[in-house]
Amino acid sequence: MSLLDVQNVTKTFGGLTAVNDVTFQVPERSIISVIGPNGAGKTTFFNLITGIYTPDTGNIKLGGRELIGLRPDQVVEAGISRTFQNIRLFPSMTAEENIMLGRGVRLKSGYWDAILRSSKFKHDEQEAVDTARLMLDFVGLSKWRNELSTSLPYGDQRKLEIARALATTPKLILLDEPAAGMNPRETEDLKALIRAIRDELGVTVVLIEHDMRLVMTLSEYITVLNYGSKLSEGLPHEVRNDPAVMEAYLGRGTAAGEYGKEAQA
Amino acid sequence: MSAFRLHNTGDQVDLQTVMTILLQVLVGGLSLGVLYAIVALGYTMVYGVLQLINFAHSEVFITGGIVGYFVFHALQDSSMNGYLKLVLACLAAMIVSGALNVVIERLAYRPLRGAQRLVPLITAIGVSLILQDTLKFVVGLTGMFDLSVTLPKGFTSPLTKFAGIDITSLNLQVKDVILLVVATLMLIGLNLLVNHTRLGRAIRAVAHDRQTAGLMGIDSNRIISLTFLIGGALGGLGGVMYAMKYQALNAYSGMAPGMKAFSAAVLGGIGSIPGAMLGGIVLGWVETLLGVVSLFSALPGLHWLSYIKAEYKDLGGFLALILILFIKPTGLLGKSSTEKV
Repeated sequence: MSLLDVQNVTKTFGGLTAVNDVTFQVPERSIISVIGPNGAGKTTFFNLITGIYTPDTGNIKLGGRELIGLRPDQVVEAGISRTFQNIRLFPSMTAEENIMLGRGVRLKSGYWDAILRSSKFKHDEQEAVDTARLMLDFVGLSKWRNELSTSLPYGDQRKLEIARALATTPKLILLDEPAAGMNPRETEDLKALIRAIRDELGVTVVLIEHDMRLVMTLSEYITVLNYGSKLSEGLPHEVRNDPAVMEAYLGRGTAAGEYGKEAQA
Repeated sequence: MSAFRLHNTGDQVDLQTVMTILLQVLVGGLSLGVLYAIVALGYTMVYGVLQLINFAHSEVFITGGIVGYFVFHALQDSSMNGYLKLVLACLAAMIVSGALNVVIERLAYRPLRGAQRLVPLITAIGVSLILQDTLKFVVGLTGMFDLSVTLPKGFTSPLTKFAGIDITSLNLQVKDVILLVVATLMLIGLNLLVNHTRLGRAIRAVAHDRQTAGLMGIDSNRIISLTFLIGGALGGLGGVMYAMKYQALNAYSGMAPGMKAFSAAVLGGIGSIPGAMLGGIVLGWVETLLGVVSLFSALPGLHWLSYIKAEYKDLGGFLALILILFIKPTGLLGKSSTEKV
């Protein structure tokens, strides 16, 4: 059974159909990529899954549980967390605090416990600190623990976002262009990290990415969106050789042929 | 200000007297400042999470003072310990003002969440006016317009000794010290809450970016309600402190101190919690200093100070505000931030 099950989802903004009748399935413990030219509706698609937008029609289920109608924070609780195309860390907080914030959703003490400083509250704070350390270690950012999040190097800020998302103990993590702005070495590190997320933590990964080398070597399955509709899907080599995909990326004619050669090389 | 008097013996001015006055300003200004600060926090916290200036906060604040009056009045003849009476007054005021603030947000501001910024602002002014008249009605039930607060015995006794040092000349009463201690404890408590708890992190996250906070599992509506609760409760406590300090208030008494507390919040950098605290204290000092500065006209070369009468102290406070904003437009501790859309 698939972990995430998106059935015939459509979302329009005024006259624009941003996501058009998309069906999308994510098997448990898989690494799936969503690709497509700019403006294809990829981020809108993530926003529909995470509850920022409500689809006009269609169904979204996580492990059989209906997600439509849930607020974003309830979707996180259900087990989906994400990172952002443009980094959205909390700048006034340290790396550790950012992760502790993400942990909040799994803690049981209420706000009154915080005000009254009950033992439950203290236990939870300690748990949040422990989780933060564990996650910083996992993504390799331990040395930045007490630094303000925005003082981290760019590539590390992306990793910190991943750590924060992981701290919510998700079943599924959505990564929106995780390699954007990274140099080839950082991208290699990222690839290893994403594999570790799946292999060591057992978290299913869906990523939006433009770095084709990363997508092709990392993904087990690829879905291609274009103008809001699903254009193609399949195994990496299938998608790479799909003429419709080449056309969407590069237009008709010889250019597509050139791309095909390059991609093969 | 007959309490202050400078011995002017020709050109010889008693240095010790000058020091005493400055010390009085320091302590008196601080107690006024922390009062402004706890009220300013209500403005700044709400601004932080909603970018809304909650004009109704001055009424939420004075509601606390009126609740305090009723508690002190009801317990007037009781043999209960004075400090216990104060605790009860503070608790009642914090609960009523906190709840009132939550209700205001739920009914007046939340339905307008998506509207452009002017709409909730005008609503806030409307809520302020509605509350003023409601409070006038409530106060009117006592048959009086001005309420005069009867404090527990001992609160108005002069303080003569502190740590073995004679402090009679500081002109302090027990209630001034209570105000200073209570307000300072509240400020420390709030700092701990905001910087070292999950709720505090959530408030900071919502203040920075509500949507991202939501995507990190934070129910922002809940956090906004709690922010109004905390801000309102601090305002209510400030109201009791105000009632205790001045021992007289009516339905409209919230406006002037509310305005100053708001100024303090802007002075410190609106949206910044330490800024509100610092802004309150700076404003308290400036005002208190200007209230007594004419006394220094007896000093050589400073006779022109006699023109700065105590009545001008409010003017001075606002001039300081303008001056500081002129030099640092974001306020003392405010960060320049790009406008969020």
